[in-house]
Amino acid sequence: MNIVIAGCGKVGRTIIASLTAEGHSITAIDTNPKPLEAITDMFDIITVEGNAADSDALEEASVEKADLFVAMTDSDEINMLSCFVAKKMGASNIVARIRNPEYNDRSLGLLRQFLELEMAINPELLAARELYNMLKLPTAVNVESFSRRNLEIAEIRLKADSLLCGMRLMDMRKKYPGQYLVGIVKRDDKVFVPDGTFTLAANDKIGITASPTELMKLLKSLNVTQKQAKSVIIVGAGRTTYYLAKLLLGGNTRVTIVERDLQRCREMSESLSGATIIHGDGADLDLLLEAGLEHTDAFVSLTGMDEENILLAYSAASKNVPKVISKVNRDEFELIAEKMGLDTIISPRKLVADIFVGYARALKNSLGSKIETLYKLMGGAAEALEFEAQNDTKYTHVALKDLKLKPNTLVAGIIRGRKTIIPMGDDCILPGDKVVILTAGKKMTDLADIVR
Amino acid sequence: MNRKKVFYTLGQLLLLEAVLFLLPTLVGIIYKENTALHFIISAAIAAAVGGTLMIVCRKRNDVIYAKEGFAIVSLSWLALSAVGALPFFLSHEIPSYVDAFFETVSGFTTTGASVVKNVEALSHGMLFWRSFTHWIGGMGVLVFIMAIIPSVSDRSIHIMRAEVPGPIVGKLVPRAKDTARVLYLIYIGLTAIEVIMLLFGGMTLFESLIHSFGTAGTGGFGIRADSIGSYSPYCQWVITAFMIVFSLNFNLYYLLLIRRLKSVLKNLELWVFLGVFLASVATIAVNIYSIYGNVGDSVRYSAFQVASIISTSGFSTVDFNLWPGLSKAILIILMFFGGCAGSTAGGLKCSRIILLGKMFRNELRHLLSPKSVNTVKIDGKQVDSSVLKNASNYFALYIFIFVIIFLLLSFEPFSFETNFTATAACFNNVGPGLDAVGPASSFAAYSPFSKIVLSFAMLLGRLELFPMILLFSPRLWKTK
Repeated sequence: MNIVIAGCGKVGRTIIASLTAEGHSITAIDTNPKPLEAITDMFDIITVEGNAADSDALEEASVEKADLFVAMTDSDEINMLSCFVAKKMGASNIVARIRNPEYNDRSLGLLRQFLELEMAINPELLAARELYNMLKLPTAVNVESFSRRNLEIAEIRLKADSLLCGMRLMDMRKKYPGQYLVGIVKRDDKVFVPDGTFTLAANDKIGITASPTELMKLLKSLNVTQKQAKSVIIVGAGRTTYYLAKLLLGGNTRVTIVERDLQRCREMSESLSGATIIHGDGADLDLLLEAGLEHTDAFVSLTGMDEENILLAYSAASKNVPKVISKVNRDEFELIAEKMGLDTIISPRKLVADIFVGYARALKNSLGSKIETLYKLMGGAAEALEFEAQNDTKYTHVALKDLKLKPNTLVAGIIRGRKTIIPMGDDCILPGDKVVILTAGKKMTDLADIVR
Repeated sequence: MNRKKVFYTLGQLLLLEAVLFLLPTLVGIIYKENTALHFIISAAIAAAVGGTLMIVCRKRNDVIYAKEGFAIVSLSWLALSAVGALPFFLSHEIPSYVDAFFETVSGFTTTGASVVKNVEALSHGMLFWRSFTHWIGGMGVLVFIMAIIPSVSDRSIHIMRAEVPGPIVGKLVPRAKDTARVLYLIYIGLTAIEVIMLLFGGMTLFESLIHSFGTAGTGGFGIRADSIGSYSPYCQWVITAFMIVFSLNFNLYYLLLIRRLKSVLKNLELWVFLGVFLASVATIAVNIYSIYGNVGDSVRYSAFQVASIISTSGFSTVDFNLWPGLSKAILIILMFFGGCAGSTAGGLKCSRIILLGKMFRNELRHLLSPKSVNTVKIDGKQVDSSVLKNASNYFALYIFIFVIIFLLLSFEPFSFETNFTATAACFNNVGPGLDAVGPASSFAAYSPFSKIVLSFAMLLGRLELFPMILLFSPRLWKTK
């Protein structure tokens, strides 16, 4: 597919990286030649230097032949304008990053309608929602939800004292009966779909699919539930912090924000009534202790620097804060953070990249069963995808035990109407079902891809 | 330095060469010559060496950086020529290996300088292989590999940059693989048109293929002692036109294909190149009018020779060694000028000369008003300072290397004119020079040492200096 990406900042670059890995033809536009030079050295793409809202630059980028146009420049206004021009010049689908909170209220609907936007992306809002989910279920390293939260997949790391260590999956099912499925496991650096005879061990990262209520039930019986975080300390007052604080305050959680910049503190206190805003350096341990670090349920580091976030999270974890989350965008650092025992990590750029990967695959497969949602799990080594089943005899009306699935692929959940089914061998997929697939190491574009 | 990837690519390349050897084998079989056997043996050797390299280096990491790009390109061209020389050597049609190597390098670098005294004595198979190396070398053999192998590294731009001539190498379409395919499709299409037009002019299929390969790669190997001289004026005009076609930037043909005529017409390099061409043709036509005594012949000879030299092909229709001094001077200057960036031609390249000219103008302005701020623009866009720096460094290095080669060659007992034009003709990938290396004679008289020097000069010229020079830098090879 031909994709034009305007704006090669951090997010733009991450999208370029994941879309080139998917094999798309990408043209990148930026006003600054320096980042363009760097990305042509790294990725197999073509670049155009110029203003993304200028029709000459768009023409040079062959926007009329683009299946997808993505505006990711720093400015919301340029994004809107370039999307408008690109659409008029013939781009088939357009997506803009619109992140200013002022545009992200009622006006967003109007903007999307007028500009004929397929999607308006707000990475900070996405990150905030993700963080909010994590804070609601603090046991899990990561929680993703499908089909309006009818089905969730929770990534959990087994601690050495976990009741599950040394247990085979078939025995786990007998001991803790319920509607759930351990669908994917990461041990050391390998990610795979386990079968019933697989024995769990300490330090495994497992992915469990279940409906939210079933998931809570299971975690309770495993004795690992933590209460929803009732007080949260956030370091760094960017846009993500703003959106997250809004969500948390709406759920009656106490929020303390520590920020170095006085002006930013004033803005925060003006827009977030109810939150405690502290002006000071987040790296100052005394200040954090004064802010209640030892009594807080959760600590989130959201400054602009990966290094600072990791170190802050590490020091919070050493003060026994129950849930510690840090924002880490660089892959290399993510590995280091994991080695330091910080496994709850959020990367806003990757959230956005996942959305585009799923969206581009769905566009490519516009006739078959479209991808509704796509999440990369276990650090990108596995994918969870949600499809709507078509009337395809290849996979419908066949009992799952009779379907010849590809290796390392699993039907992890079926959502039929309002019912969530954790499928057993005798269940079958019906047309119109939402089907959640787990797969390690494969790229799926159609539900029919699960069959060998 | 990722040596495994470098040698793996080298292996792929030799396997490809083994496959390419099958074409002249076929020609040998058609003409019932025993050269077919020599090509089969050469193919077996190439396949064995290539296969071994690929097996030894199969556990590799595909990431390449600028370093690996340079190493892959320079080593590939050396290996390609070393193996490509085998058929000439094995069949004893060119008995000395150094001579065979010179001839093959001259073929792949699209120079067209020959050590063969009597071309007409060569077998059809060898003639075909000689000219086919022009065709493959013209567009670049690694670009060809990129177009055909299924998985291309994300950073393959480093290879394209090192192999495709010109100060700025851009892609036509986002993916390097697709760009390589588009380039080759244009190349094949244009070559096919020339073959058909030459067939109409009464050439046999073999002759028209040979001459089209020579024109497309801007090489210049022919099959007759007088090059193109004894073919009809129609054929001469067709070849003249196609020599110019192949020395224009191939990006322009792509722009034409996607119907962006406006961008083509805005291209400064195109107009400068055509302007220089027409002015030279007119001047030489007037200058040689007294020899031929009629306008038609003077213009035809002049146009053919100017096109041949500016495109760095090196075909000839008459012995321009006998022309007056002014005409010879213009031809020598055009040798250095060369074709456009992104074409198959050699020389300094028109776009670099435009850049240098504009930098020179800015320097003058700066001297007159020291506080003025000047930028260099091409086609309405500002040229990045790193490109400018590269162009002026390239020019300095170009002169420097030219002087060294010329000095090394001057140990030979030939005239100043011979040695100077031999250096210029090889370094700029033109082919024939003047005096003792003129169109009517060959490079056979040079010593083996000088032939090796000249072979390097040709490779330096084709790969635009840097890859070949970096090959001798110990830093390139350090693994730690």
